[in-house]
Amino acid sequence: MSTLEIRDLQVSVKLPEGDLKPILAGVDLTVKAGETHAIMGPNGSGKSTLAYSIAGHPKYEITGGSVTLDGQDVLAMTVDERARAGLFLAMQYPVEVPGVSVANFLRTAKTAIDGEAPKLRTWAGELRGAMEKLQMDPAFAQRNVNEGFSGGEKKRHEIMQLELLKPKVAILDETDSGLDIDALRIVSEGVNRVRETGETGLLLITHYTRILRYIKPDFVHVFVAGKIVQEGGPELAEQLEAEGYERYVAARA
Amino acid sequence: MTTEAIAPPPSTKSQVLRSFDVADFPAVNGLEEEWRFTPLKRLGDLVSATKLTGVAPAVEHGELPAGVTVSHVAASDVDGAGPVLVPFDRISALAYGSADGVTLVEVAPETELAEAVVIRVVGKGGDAAAARTVVKVGAFAKVTVILEQTGTASLADNIEVVTADSAQLTFVTLAEWDAGAVQAQHIKLQVGKDSRVQHVQVALGGDLVRQFTSVEYTGRGGDAELWGLYFADAGQHFEHRQLVDHSVPDCRSYVGYRGALQGASAKSVWVGDVLIRATATGTDTYEINRNLILTDGAIAHSVPNLEIETGEVAGAGHASATGRFDDEQLFYLMARGIPEGEARKLVVRGFFAELVNKIPVEELRERLGDAIEARLAEYAS
Ligand SMILES: Nc1ncnc2c1ncn2[C@@H]1O[C@H](COP(=O)(O)OP(=O)(O)OP(=O)(O)O)[C@@H](O)[C@H]1O
Ligand SMILES: [Mg+2]
Repeated sequence: MSTLEIRDLQVSVKLPEGDLKPILAGVDLTVKAGETHAIMGPNGSGKSTLAYSIAGHPKYEITGGSVTLDGQDVLAMTVDERARAGLFLAMQYPVEVPGVSVANFLRTAKTAIDGEAPKLRTWAGELRGAMEKLQMDPAFAQRNVNEGFSGGEKKRHEIMQLELLKPKVAILDETDSGLDIDALRIVSEGVNRVRETGETGLLLITHYTRILRYIKPDFVHVFVAGKIVQEGGPELAEQLEAEGYERYVAARA
Repeated sequence: MTTEAIAPPPSTKSQVLRSFDVADFPAVNGLEEEWRFTPLKRLGDLVSATKLTGVAPAVEHGELPAGVTVSHVAASDVDGAGPVLVPFDRISALAYGSADGVTLVEVAPETELAEAVVIRVVGKGGDAAAARTVVKVGAFAKVTVILEQTGTASLADNIEVVTADSAQLTFVTLAEWDAGAVQAQHIKLQVGKDSRVQHVQVALGGDLVRQFTSVEYTGRGGDAELWGLYFADAGQHFEHRQLVDHSVPDCRSYVGYRGALQGASAKSVWVGDVLIRATATGTDTYEINRNLILTDGAIAHSVPNLEIETGEVAGAGHASATGRFDDEQLFYLMARGIPEGEARKLVVRGFFAELVNKIPVEELRERLGDAIEARLAEYAS
């Protein structure tokens, strides 16, 4: 069983002039395979910063604390090493890669993660199956990665990758944003399939409780101003739904 | 990193002096608009001589399909009332005057070929030389002609392409010269009524390659697509200029050139001129140049020029963009476990994919993809 441990993580964003702007003010969180955590917080509280800094985006600088996956120092790894170690980030704004087809991209990623090329005979079927489950037209396989995809298509493509790459711990950054109700259901079903394997730890980052009606979190963490300010079970999400974040934001002021 | 300069309008350039005699053109000093980006010293005799006496590269080809002939003929046999490419600068005049005969590639009317016709031009070194090639494609023919240029040479060459009514030609020219080669090339495409020409111009090898492509139409419904792909390494100079002259109504042109540059003083120049004359109503044209700067020290000059003399165009536009590697693309791919070197390859292959896919020969597409990857590997960290 895999465990992601985040201890007192402090992160700054690198500004264009070279200055550092502190965002994360000491985050503690443990995510185990099979668990589903929800991180909820207002806009600008640093949720994406947490996600991107765990994935290793060069825009962020770690100024303190540690992140380990099964005891291995994640922060010492390059971006691709982190992914191969078993981390996955479904992005809030997936990137377009012109001229690279979805099929080629997925095969290359699968090969990198597994350390060997997928079997030609089974791979085509696996890919088709993954696309079908997320109700993506097979024609997407020949399109360029995220190019011209609608917001909802991009998110479905992210969850398709989650299912194909089978990470140990996955962070889903606002996967619910920009989805209509049908797409939200399709995407949630994908996440629930991964959840039911019991082999992946899930960290759902969200602003709204909407997605939590489809994916039941085991733990809810309230994230304000770069740190976790309250933790609880699913009932905390319901409370946030009713009361919003004002209470926490006001408490800081 | 990049220069976008004001240049004279295409109409001015289309009215330049035309002559068959090198001596009629003033000596080039490098200050002229059309020469200001070119390292003249490296052109050597090509820009300073009045006659070239070196041995032209050998022209080779395998067995030719029915309907296609390749022959070496006297200029008088092909020029008729005059050559398709009337020299308009010193080097095109030099090539015209110095070439020993003409390589004539003829495709009979209505010839339709599934396989490409491949012609290899192999430079064997020696003194600066001149060459002329004329490609004539008959009415309703549908063919792909590939012209590969390899070896060592200092070459001024004119290539004249004429397509008859409704002919469809895919013309791929590859400059894959050895290091040290110098080429100044002029290509003229004369597009017939309802004819469609796709030119794919690839520049990978050579010390200095300067290619000037001009297009004219002889009947309505002509369609010319000019695709360019170049990859300049340290010290290489690749220069591409086009003049698309729309004087006939209802014709179309598309110019799309893409280049990657890496290494100290790798340099590319793209100057795309499109002229839509008052007579050319219903013209549809677009031109775009994109450059990918892979390392410090590489320079891409990119100058689009569109001049419109009629109010009745179907479409007209231009674009130019030069930039560095997109770190967000790299991050996205690496976040899926793909190592940096491989991620870079994917992105650069992707950058060129649209162009490479214009080539209807899979083997050649793969060879170019591999050549591009090999170039990248040189600078892999
Ligand atoms: N380049 C930057 N320059 C200045 N501030 C930045 C920069 N990048 C991020 N920030 C700031 O960092 C803070 C945290 O941003 P982050 O994207 O992590 O928030 P978030 O919780 O994900 O918000 P949202 O709910 O809107 O997605 C914000 O206040 C944001 O403005
Ligand atoms: Mg965010």
